[in-house]
Amino acid sequence: MTVFVAHNQVKLALHTLREGDGPSLLLLHALGEHSPGAVPAEFEAWPGRIFALDFTGHGASTVPGGGGYTAEVLMGDADSALWMTGPATVAGRGLGAYIALLIAGGRPELVRGAILLDGPGLAGGGDRPGPLNIRGVPGRSTTPDPFALVELSSDLRPPDYVTRFAELAALNSGLDPAIAVCGKSRPDWLKAVAATEGVREMGLAEALRAFAGARP
Amino acid sequence: MTSPVAGPADFVTFPGAVRPTRHHWVDSYGVHIAVCEWGASENPPLFLVHGGSDFAGTFDVFAPLLAAAGWRVIAWDHRGHGDSDHAALYSWDADVRDALSVLDAITPDPVPVIAHSKGGGMMLQLAETLPLRMSKLVVIDGLPSPDPHPDVSDHEQRRFSSKNLAAWLDHRRNAAANFRKPGTLEELAKRRKRMNPRLSDEWLLYLASIGARKDADGWRWKLDPAIRFGGFGPWRPDWSLERLKTMTVPLLGLTATVEEEMGWGTNHKALEPYLPPGGRLVSFENTGHFIHIEHPRRVADMVLDFLA
Repeated sequence: MTVFVAHNQVKLALHTLREGDGPSLLLLHALGEHSPGAVPAEFEAWPGRIFALDFTGHGASTVPGGGGYTAEVLMGDADSALWMTGPATVAGRGLGAYIALLIAGGRPELVRGAILLDGPGLAGGGDRPGPLNIRGVPGRSTTPDPFALVELSSDLRPPDYVTRFAELAALNSGLDPAIAVCGKSRPDWLKAVAATEGVREMGLAEALRAFAGARP
Repeated sequence: MTSPVAGPADFVTFPGAVRPTRHHWVDSYGVHIAVCEWGASENPPLFLVHGGSDFAGTFDVFAPLLAAAGWRVIAWDHRGHGDSDHAALYSWDADVRDALSVLDAITPDPVPVIAHSKGGGMMLQLAETLPLRMSKLVVIDGLPSPDPHPDVSDHEQRRFSSKNLAAWLDHRRNAAANFRKPGTLEELAKRRKRMNPRLSDEWLLYLASIGARKDADGWRWKLDPAIRFGGFGPWRPDWSLERLKTMTVPLLGLTATVEEEMGWGTNHKALEPYLPPGGRLVSFENTGHFIHIEHPRRVADMVLDFLA
């Protein structure tokens, strides 16, 4: 089942991959991807409901005109999804991992643990500006929005900014760990996050077990 | 997309204020940008760039002074501001891209630009990225600062608390259903006065008459209610300062000396080491953020001299 959630002018597609009782899991896809059509094998062990969100400009969500993507706005996408799902463990791939971290800091009372996995868009644009550019992309109305690919692969992620979200998640979620780093890649921002208190490096299966049983 | 307002509510006037004589639209990758002009179209182009939460009509007194000196003065409403489209997404880079779309629609040649506040920061980025696109740049209280004021652009707000993070998310959740508060023109002017205490009641009333639209239940500022102060982002002011040092476009910076709610908080002394070669700073005594509105003639003369 798919429902649409409004975020400003964008209609976000929120897919229910598995109905049922128990704790909720929200999947966030990577840059240029969209939500899986069925529960991925690595999440089969999750004991409760499973949702998946298409970010703005991806999957079945609206492709807005003229770009303007930021990771912070996608954090708002994730927040709009949590409004529908209620408290959930958030597992993200690549760009979705970065957004999972941001929303864990932004809504510590709603995010029952964030799981950070490898995938496209994990590194972003690095931790400092490179050569200047003005990125214009001819408009098109299908997903993934080329503006999303260009702007979200170049957004800056300086460690001192990023770790603030991890600190807020650890401080206000009542969870330990609040963030599970389950991928192999370590761009600079993720190295800094992995070294933050309340963040632990562990396997995905272990993280799912830990967060499924978490009751802050 | 709304139609550009050809003139202000006919019962509100302000000494020296002249509405633009031409209006047109520029399509910036699907976002319709409202562009307006003062002065003869065969004159050389000169671009004016407004600041955050403002709109091109804030140049209604300043622009005619430049047009009278022989310039084709062009300004536009940023996405979500004035008569331009309310967009689904807003970002610093999108604003700079829209700016380039407007310049490209007028001429491929290097052009002089005068930019206020956030517009100044945007146009510094454009000048640093495409140095041959701009002949000269005047920044009115919009140069970067080593110690930025709370009202610098959202993307430079690196310090945030869990409280303002949650407030920002709450605002995003409600953005689809938000409307600006309606009121009389006087009420809108009064609200704006809280942000701009140094501007006269008469000017703010005039501003409301051209920056608001009349709905059945009252006047509302046209500014997209999805836009709000208090965002945050990863940009560091020292990155802007380092770039400023190496900029090649001739630069004149005007700085305010009286702190204001919407001010940029530029510290004149602290900025001097970062000025590019030949760059000049002029500090305006006892003047707030809207230097060109407080002293239109003085600023126009200074700018015309710099452009000559």
